[in-house]
Amino acid sequence: MPLPKLLNRPAPTTTQQSPNPVEAATEAGLTVVDWIDERTQISQGLRWMMFRKVPKGINWAYTLGSATMFAFLSQAVTGVFLAMYYRPSVTGGAYESIRNINDNVFLGQFVHGMHKWGASVMIILIFLHMARVFFFGAYKYPRELTWIIGVVLLILTLAMGFTGYLLPFDQRSYWATIVGVNINNTAPFLGPYIGDFLRGGPEFGATTLSRFYAIHMMLIPGLMAALIGFHLYLIMKLGISAPPWLKAHEPEPVIETVEV
Amino acid sequence: MTVGLGVHGASHIRIHKQMPQDRYSKSSKYTVDRGLPGAFEGETVTRRRFMEAVTHGAGGIAAAAFGLPALGFAIGPIFKRQPFDWQIIGTPADFNETSYVTKVITIVPGIGEAGKSIAYVRARNPQIDLEPHDQWNNYIALSSRCMHLGCPVRYVQAAERFICPCHGGVYNFRGEVAGGPPVRPLDRFYTYVPPVGHPGHGYVYLGPRYSVNSELRRFSPRDPGEPLDGIGQYLYPARFDTAVRPSIANLPLPPTVPGTGS
Repeated sequence: MPLPKLLNRPAPTTTQQSPNPVEAATEAGLTVVDWIDERTQISQGLRWMMFRKVPKGINWAYTLGSATMFAFLSQAVTGVFLAMYYRPSVTGGAYESIRNINDNVFLGQFVHGMHKWGASVMIILIFLHMARVFFFGAYKYPRELTWIIGVVLLILTLAMGFTGYLLPFDQRSYWATIVGVNINNTAPFLGPYIGDFLRGGPEFGATTLSRFYAIHMMLIPGLMAALIGFHLYLIMKLGISAPPWLKAHEPEPVIETVEV
Repeated sequence: MTVGLGVHGASHIRIHKQMPQDRYSKSSKYTVDRGLPGAFEGETVTRRRFMEAVTHGAGGIAAAAFGLPALGFAIGPIFKRQPFDWQIIGTPADFNETSYVTKVITIVPGIGEAGKSIAYVRARNPQIDLEPHDQWNNYIALSSRCMHLGCPVRYVQAAERFICPCHGGVYNFRGEVAGGPPVRPLDRFYTYVPPVGHPGHGYVYLGPRYSVNSELRRFSPRDPGEPLDGIGQYLYPARFDTAVRPSIANLPLPPTVPGTGS
């Protein structure tokens, strides 16, 4: 039985001169990368993802989607670290923990501020991105599904804003949530049940805050991450649409033979 | 040229197998008749098909085993009645017929300030309170929750109006809509004054909230923004489980005054 090729490899030739430490480190790094890539073949996927053909004439407006995604990532990271200090307790825990973050925790006000202002930034970016796609006609065939997922992501982002608004649990949060839930109540037939679902009961109660917290930091982010992945996959698969002012023209003939 | 030949040649290939006349007619239900490899006599479902169904079924049951309880867990509060205990808000001497007294009441017990609300209370005035009189409205207790979207209204004695700070809702002295976006009069609370001989006699009790339409007819408690006149009472159904009539079986006893203990 022949040995597998791996075991048949000749012994590595040892070089006499000691390698440059930088070269050695680079070599070690490459070895690790190669080891992983040999087992996962991930570089093929990365190459497919990163080195795509893009149409002529694309401009900075095409980066709004990436900007929105980075706003989401920023929200995710700052949110995870805020959760280390936040207590979703109605009986005087939530407000105090936010105050503690702002007043005592090292860089707390900064991280809290990034999360708070980043939320507005993300809403603005998502609308700019949507406007770009709309006015460039980039939602048309075959990219309708990308658009639909984008709309779902917009709704989820607004839901994140709604649920996140309650968490500081000051007067503004409380009354804004009362009003927001009651707006949901005004839907015919289903409204009263939607309101009860959001509050976790007929009145703003003990579990409303933890319910909003769970929706804000587990349910919707998970959904959004999955949908962003699918959104990105469709972008990779379908390519980027050309700007509308780019005139369609006959493709240049492929040069097959070169006369010398 | 060979390529061209191949393309033309393809059009001459005869398809010998004819499609059945009715493509959707069922063939025999027995796998033996259908000529499937490894068929058993009397077998109607192939083993492969059966295994597929069992695997998918088992997966579905496993997913439902955690999915359904989680879903029920999340939407359970819709079906649950929240108990509302009677609470003492004062003595009859605290209230008069011409002005409202602000009382802090507990809507949801056990969660501190977030569970508190405000009731505006006055004694019933037969001259202006034309709705039917019974044991539940000797004292008129209005909820401070605006019936537009739930902001807290405040009572302004000079105008004898309730005014909402959020979107400009205005209510008259009886809590009826006098202007702005509210869709129905201010909600009310049942009030009760125990009869002579009851240990709670001499105190005014405040009970569950109820909603009223523009004629001050009683409805089970609804949320703000849900009209109760005309079609509104059908568009916004009552909760599945709502207390129709408050029970006065377990009135809390009034606080004992030091030095008078029996």
